[in-house]
Amino acid sequence: MAKPKVAFYWCASCGGCEEAVVDLAEDLLKVVDAVDIVLWPVALDFKRKDVEAMKDGAIAVSFINGAVRTEEQEEMVKLLRKKSGLVVAFGSCAHIGGIPGLANFWDRETIFERVYKDVPSVRNPEGIYPQQKTKVDGVELTLPEFYDTVYTLDQVINVDYYLPGCAPPPDLIMNAVTAILEGKLPDKGSVLAPDKSLCDTCPRKDSKPEKLSIKAIRRPHEVIADPEKCFLEEGIICLGPATRSGCGERCINANMPCRGCFGPTKGVRDQGAKMVSAIASILGVEDEDKVTEEEVESLVKQIDDPAGLFYMYSLPASMLRRKRMG
Amino acid sequence: MARRITIDPITRLEGHGKIEIFLDDKGDVSKAYFQVPELRGFEKFSEGRMAEEMARITPKICGVCPTAHHMASGKALDDLYKVEPPPAAKKIRELINSAFMAEDHTLHFFFLGGPDFIVGPQAPAADRNILGVIQKVGLDAAKQVIGIRKKLRNVITKQGGRVIHPVCNLPGGVSKGVTKEDRQEYIQTGRDAVEFAKFTLKAFEDIVLKNKEYVDVIVGDIYKHETYYMGLVDKSNKVNFYDGDIRVVDPEGKEFVKFKAQEYLDHIEERVEPWSYIKFPYLKAVGWKGFVDGKDSGVYRVAPLARLNVSDGMATPLAQAEYEKMYDVLGGKPAHNTLAYHWARLIELLYAAERLLELAQDEEILDPDVRNIPTAIPDEGIGVVEAPRGTLYHHYKTDEKGIITEVNLIVATLNNSAAMCMSIERAAKALIKGGKVSDGLLNMVEMAFRAYDPCLACATHSLPGQMPLEVNIRNPEGDVTKTLRRE
Amino acid sequence: MKEPTIVGFLCNWCSYEGADRAGDARLEYPANIRTVRVMCSGRVEPEFVLHAFREGASGVLILGCHPGDCHYKMGNYKARRRISLLKKTLEQLGIEPERVRLDWVAAGEGERFAKVANEMADTIKGLGPLELS
Ligand code: SF4
Ligand code: SF4
Ligand code: SF4
Ligand code: FES
Repeated sequence: MAKPKVAFYWCASCGGCEEAVVDLAEDLLKVVDAVDIVLWPVALDFKRKDVEAMKDGAIAVSFINGAVRTEEQEEMVKLLRKKSGLVVAFGSCAHIGGIPGLANFWDRETIFERVYKDVPSVRNPEGIYPQQKTKVDGVELTLPEFYDTVYTLDQVINVDYYLPGCAPPPDLIMNAVTAILEGKLPDKGSVLAPDKSLCDTCPRKDSKPEKLSIKAIRRPHEVIADPEKCFLEEGIICLGPATRSGCGERCINANMPCRGCFGPTKGVRDQGAKMVSAIASILGVEDEDKVTEEEVESLVKQIDDPAGLFYMYSLPASMLRRKRMG
Repeated sequence: MARRITIDPITRLEGHGKIEIFLDDKGDVSKAYFQVPELRGFEKFSEGRMAEEMARITPKICGVCPTAHHMASGKALDDLYKVEPPPAAKKIRELINSAFMAEDHTLHFFFLGGPDFIVGPQAPAADRNILGVIQKVGLDAAKQVIGIRKKLRNVITKQGGRVIHPVCNLPGGVSKGVTKEDRQEYIQTGRDAVEFAKFTLKAFEDIVLKNKEYVDVIVGDIYKHETYYMGLVDKSNKVNFYDGDIRVVDPEGKEFVKFKAQEYLDHIEERVEPWSYIKFPYLKAVGWKGFVDGKDSGVYRVAPLARLNVSDGMATPLAQAEYEKMYDVLGGKPAHNTLAYHWARLIELLYAAERLLELAQDEEILDPDVRNIPTAIPDEGIGVVEAPRGTLYHHYKTDEKGIITEVNLIVATLNNSAAMCMSIERAAKALIKGGKVSDGLLNMVEMAFRAYDPCLACATHSLPGQMPLEVNIRNPEGDVTKTLRRE
Repeated sequence: MKEPTIVGFLCNWCSYEGADRAGDARLEYPANIRTVRVMCSGRVEPEFVLHAFREGASGVLILGCHPGDCHYKMGNYKARRRISLLKKTLEQLGIEPERVRLDWVAAGEGERFAKVANEMADTIKGLGPLELS
């Protein structure tokens, strides 16, 4: 029997998701043995026309990492969709937009202005910006178009499965690959990680009182966090309540709060809104009937940059998708 | 007849790096352009974020060197809050950084750039990859490579939470101390890494240095640029990856300037070109003269060879011996040979391993006091470290609540962007004459490019160490008349 | 011009009745308010508000029992904190906080309902339709 054809592809990615595959170490050799890798731009030579020449559906599964933010990426993922039986969004960026998705607080113009004109090290008196087309020596040089908005993969093409994480941990990657090879996949549209919240599996959950009430919000550098206590109990915002488990509580183990890279659990459509809800249900609960409107305001005021914090990884996947400009 | 050659590392579609070569009427090379068609805009979208989150946001600039960003960010945050981390915290950071430097240099040497040498620059392309390396150095060695990287990366995972995008740095220190058991493990890893680095240098000696043909390529003219160099040095001008002052030497090796991180804007300026999303930094005092070498051109280089060129030596004994040897063979300092970057990288690998061991053995690293809580009102902070691929600058301004108002970043590879264009051009000029394109072009250009280990190009993240290349030769109408392709 | 839509989440135990009362009394209140009955203002998840915006609403009005009168005791206090934090978050995302309003209307307060609803309609009219990308 022919080995299943597998493709890896990256869009607006940092390369960390590729490193995650390399980190499979010996397991990678097993994978390479069991499948036929037809496309992996970082590792193998390929051309778009090779993919175009394939029959539709010829690729058993395409793993795509990185968000989509240029026209070329959009074309390429559409092509891969056509040629693939399954498409897996690999990593936070493809899944929910990821950190680069924070760019959705701005648009191309404001980003260019900062990067190419306003930063203090740039000397650019003529106000030159990179152009999609430039004539040099009478010949044209081209650059791909940079979109105003960062998109998640499933906003551009249909996605069958999601592998969460920035970057996805090796055990989840291996589980996914095994499930695919053995044909033991869950329902389409599933996230290939446990459908539990991080708080459910967190080693600190036992210290999280049933009825938590906090008054003071503290930023991580303002206190020495007790390595046994739930961060929320200490007033440090942790995205655990709005985040899916499966990462092995990596940040918590380094004594740092979660920032939500795994995205939300199944029932939650908007990770940030879920976090608003989670914080609101513990902030200033004590004697809540005696708290005035003004006091509510000042409790809430303590939270700096809620949009950036609650949507740190998921702004493009949020119901609003981006900041409304102008 | 002007012609254009496009070398597109992946396809015309994708692309985190693209090379365009222009021919003049005689068919000789007039110019080469190294284009980076990618931008993400961290300088802008970091605005409005809480400053301490920068240490978690900025690593996503690059998943290959996230640790370096995490460190530069940590230091910029210390400076922002004017808080000095406790001694143990500094040592833990440097420990993580050393482990990172060692594993990253290993990755580059064995998987990416090294195959050019281990297997040989003239070897068929199909063999110039990790499999070819395994054949040459043996499977056991290959297993060692995988094994040591795993151990080194484990140090980062344990202290930093995640190896890809660590999270432990905060203004004033780190979130977690070192336990006794972990320390024992780190000491062992340090020892193993030193042995591994020695073994790697030995292999380099046997395979490369004992082969006159290779040495000739290294010292030859094609891969040579007389530029300024920049790198971080400690108080006695020894190479340091984590801390110190930035030293710049001129093309003759004389100290040109030495400055503090906080003064970087007095010394570095960046140029914008309409044909690339990447910017081109240069020395402000010398000025931008275009993509040219020499004392009058502000172009400078960073990363392994540059660091060795700016320093008076290595701070650890074994690395120091190797340092002396390298300059002996290359005929003194500074060495302008681009391919010597590979050699310098291995000397740094040894230094990083020795330093890792030193730090792990240091009793103080067990001190549980790893954070000072900042008390100052934040305003502005600058942090600099050496990333594997060069000097890395993070610069933040905030309001009094520590919310980011402005960010500037000069990312490691960026410092080499002008020099990379020049190296590509030099190789192209040597190999394209009278309109005749030698088949060796791909090889040579690739090698020029890879010596810098530029992490922005996906090609250099390549696992088998083979950069897929396609060269299109176009007539003035833009039609492809010939295609050279590396299969 | 079509009036921008406002979604009103009304608590079953108070403001829903209040709205009825306003209707019975033939008090004028804007036709562009689509009401959704909820069991308590504390049941209105921030997600519902975003959902309404995503589906084309230009404003969201949440009405519950007066403080101290919540059928579930503390639901409206929770709503108060949630909506306050949500507004702060929305503002950062370019959505005017006035597009979300939490207020209290008791079952007998038909007039108050009409007043709040009219004010909200005016506010949203002033802000114009919410166009999301
Ligand atoms: S998910 Fe994380 S590791 Fe993967 S590409 Fe995005 S930023 Fe990089
Ligand atoms: S809030 Fe964070 S620290 Fe607390 S239990 Fe949840 S994941 Fe763990
Ligand atoms: S703790 Fe949170 S941010 Fe950290 S890896 Fe896990 S899901 Fe991601
Ligand atoms: S029952 Fe009306 S607000 Fe709770």
